[in-house]
Amino acid sequence: MSCSDFNDLDAELTAFGHPGGSSVRAVHDQFHGDLLEVSMGPQHPSTHGVFRMVATLDGEQIVKLKPVFGYLHRNHEKIAENTTYLGSMPYTDRLDYLCSMSTNWAYALAVEKLSGQAVPDRAQYLRIIMAELTRLVNHACLVGFLFNDLGTSFTPLLYAFREREKIIDLFEALSGSRMMCNYQRFGGCRVDPTPEWLAAARTLVENFPRFLDEYERMLTGNEIMLARTQGIGRLDPAHAVNAGLTGPVLRASGVDYDLRKVDGYGFYPRFDFRVPLGAQGDTYDRYMLRILEMRESVKILVQAFRDLPGGPIMDPKAKLRSFRPKAGEAYGRLEGPKGELGFYLISDGTPNPYRYRVRPPSLINLTLLEEMCLGHTIADAVVILGSIDIVLGEVDR
Amino acid sequence: MTTAPDSFLERAPLELRDWAVQLLPGPLQWLAHHLITVVAILAVFGLFFAFTTIAERKLLARLQNRLGPNRTGLPKFSILPWHLKHTLFGLSQPFADAVKALTKEDIVPAAADHFLHFLAPVIVVAFSLMTFAVLPFGREYLPVDLDAALLYFFAAGAATELAIFMAGWSSRNKYSLLAAMRALAQLISYELPLILSVVPVVLVTGTLSTKAIVLSQGYWIFGFLPHWFVFTPWGFAGFIIFLIAALAESNRSPFDLPEAESELVAGHLTEYSGFKYALFFMAEYFGLTALSGLGVTLFLGGWQAPFPFLEFIPSYLWFMMKLIGMIMFFIWVRGTLLRLRIDQLTRLAWQFLVPLALLNVGNAAFWVLTTHWAGPLQLVRWGVSLVIVILPFFFLGRSLSAGYAPRTYRYAP
Repeated sequence: MSCSDFNDLDAELTAFGHPGGSSVRAVHDQFHGDLLEVSMGPQHPSTHGVFRMVATLDGEQIVKLKPVFGYLHRNHEKIAENTTYLGSMPYTDRLDYLCSMSTNWAYALAVEKLSGQAVPDRAQYLRIIMAELTRLVNHACLVGFLFNDLGTSFTPLLYAFREREKIIDLFEALSGSRMMCNYQRFGGCRVDPTPEWLAAARTLVENFPRFLDEYERMLTGNEIMLARTQGIGRLDPAHAVNAGLTGPVLRASGVDYDLRKVDGYGFYPRFDFRVPLGAQGDTYDRYMLRILEMRESVKILVQAFRDLPGGPIMDPKAKLRSFRPKAGEAYGRLEGPKGELGFYLISDGTPNPYRYRVRPPSLINLTLLEEMCLGHTIADAVVILGSIDIVLGEVDR
Repeated sequence: MTTAPDSFLERAPLELRDWAVQLLPGPLQWLAHHLITVVAILAVFGLFFAFTTIAERKLLARLQNRLGPNRTGLPKFSILPWHLKHTLFGLSQPFADAVKALTKEDIVPAAADHFLHFLAPVIVVAFSLMTFAVLPFGREYLPVDLDAALLYFFAAGAATELAIFMAGWSSRNKYSLLAAMRALAQLISYELPLILSVVPVVLVTGTLSTKAIVLSQGYWIFGFLPHWFVFTPWGFAGFIIFLIAALAESNRSPFDLPEAESELVAGHLTEYSGFKYALFFMAEYFGLTALSGLGVTLFLGGWQAPFPFLEFIPSYLWFMMKLIGMIMFFIWVRGTLLRLRIDQLTRLAWQFLVPLALLNVGNAAFWVLTTHWAGPLQLVRWGVSLVIVILPFFFLGRSLSAGYAPRTYRYAP
């Protein structure tokens, strides 16, 4: 790449409205180095699936980064439009394959809104238990993989996976599948947990803070960890809000927006929990927010196990077979572990949805990847990507 | 020294070599003498490499709450009794790995510089093996007694980094190229503290010969305490700097930037497969072993026993035990730490290790000038020397981690 090419690139950066272009330019003018375009992915150890980053590097510094996705596209939405409402419930497992319980719930919420279906109390509590356990699974995986991206040789990841395995085993005991749980139904849940299951889950949740304390004691204060994450991939709140970011990534930038509080869906208003907020919006904040959210999830779970009422887990009036909601539209959303997960449905009175649309938090959180990476090195880009928390099953659908 | 340099175990390998040499006609004896030494080093450290890999995998696995490789064993037609289950705790894993590496297809990218691509693994192994020539493995076990042994060691050790650059450049792969650039930056940054950390030893002993350096750590303080350099303020500081620089020199975590798996796939090894890959792998462990051996020689008393009553154990076993200890430490570090970024890596070298190592050279000079101080002056000598090490450590360390601190978080109202 010649120098004139670089000027084009700089003009492009300025047109994109990025302020970081000028300082990169100054460095470049001083040394007249050539740029190197590296295509990271779709086969790469730390793109978390089949994701590709086309990075233009000046030395090790990123001057341009283009996220490329779609390698896992499998026509999810169109398939759902050709299936019955219930038939696409198992497909929603495959969206965010780490958090199938929350994804199921988001879809169930949308359909219940569409058909005006009520949900019994016990099912509401069970849903919250499952969603918060899922949040623990997701955040534990995320911090583990983040440390892997930071260059540990799998040790923190496997510590996190030890805890994840316990929760996944519980899911398996309940729903029959470790990851593809297919647990929620319109108007309730599929299986009622046994008292033994509840006791085991309760013990696990009560012991979970010990894992968090151990993890934090060993890793959070580590000097290399601080130096690698603080001030890296800073995202200011205005940018984040404009791009529609949600979830921990948005809250790390200091924006107070948690659908559990804002929408108060399910029985969340009955629970006492806090929403942690970051100040700097850098990778460290995004990491710490996950840790703090896990602690809050544990609080919610303890309350849920304490207050779990008896009763049916399915609304007796719920219809699973020959389910035809009236013509209309509905948008159901919840605070997934990765952000606002929404399902938009249009019904024309037939057994299939006329339109089925997913709002995937991973994809929308990914849109600002270049903003966060510009000016940092290639090593930081990997860490920033890890801190955004994407699942390619959801990005590509 | 009260030992038995003439004990049977101590002398046995030498006697065996001399017996084999005298079987040959006179003019060939000189050649046979050296060839046997070379073959012995290759065999011992070849096996040592094999078992280091399995030890690393097992130890990392235990650190990570796993079992590690535990399946490979003897072939099924073994005559061993059934209760051994033929698995031997997976100890024959390295041999299975070797067979796999040897039988894999050797793929060379079409656009690669074929000659350099072939030459790089050869050079890297050759130079990393050359460093073993000047390590005193035991009382009488020094392959080549060079006057400038340390100089030779560092010259040969630095050449391996050039081979890494060759590998990265010739592969015609962008990850490899980035890795090559990182390797060179790392070489330039860490060769300096590595050598500076060794200078105090040279200053105090007044020699570059590894044999003389070990011998000067030989007598006992008060008759029973080891007089190793690591137990002096300058020696301890030198040893720590040496350890950090050795980690960087051998591209081990947290300085494994040239082959940063999560960033550059496999760095300079991305386009290598089969036996060439195995050669790089081997060279990395040879380099690690050689640097550990040098650390043992310079700071941990070489082949000397820690206490007089333990001197009945042959000297070469003491050397190997200390070597294994050092390597275990490196494996432990790998299982624990995160990787630094390239700019942090160079900053750590230039703003922390190099000034500290330079001050440590001055510290050693002070130590040499005050050898005649006795009585209470001895305490003053220790105190001054400690202050010269500890104060800069804290001040430089503080400037290094300035601006980074854990934060407290607020909650939404």
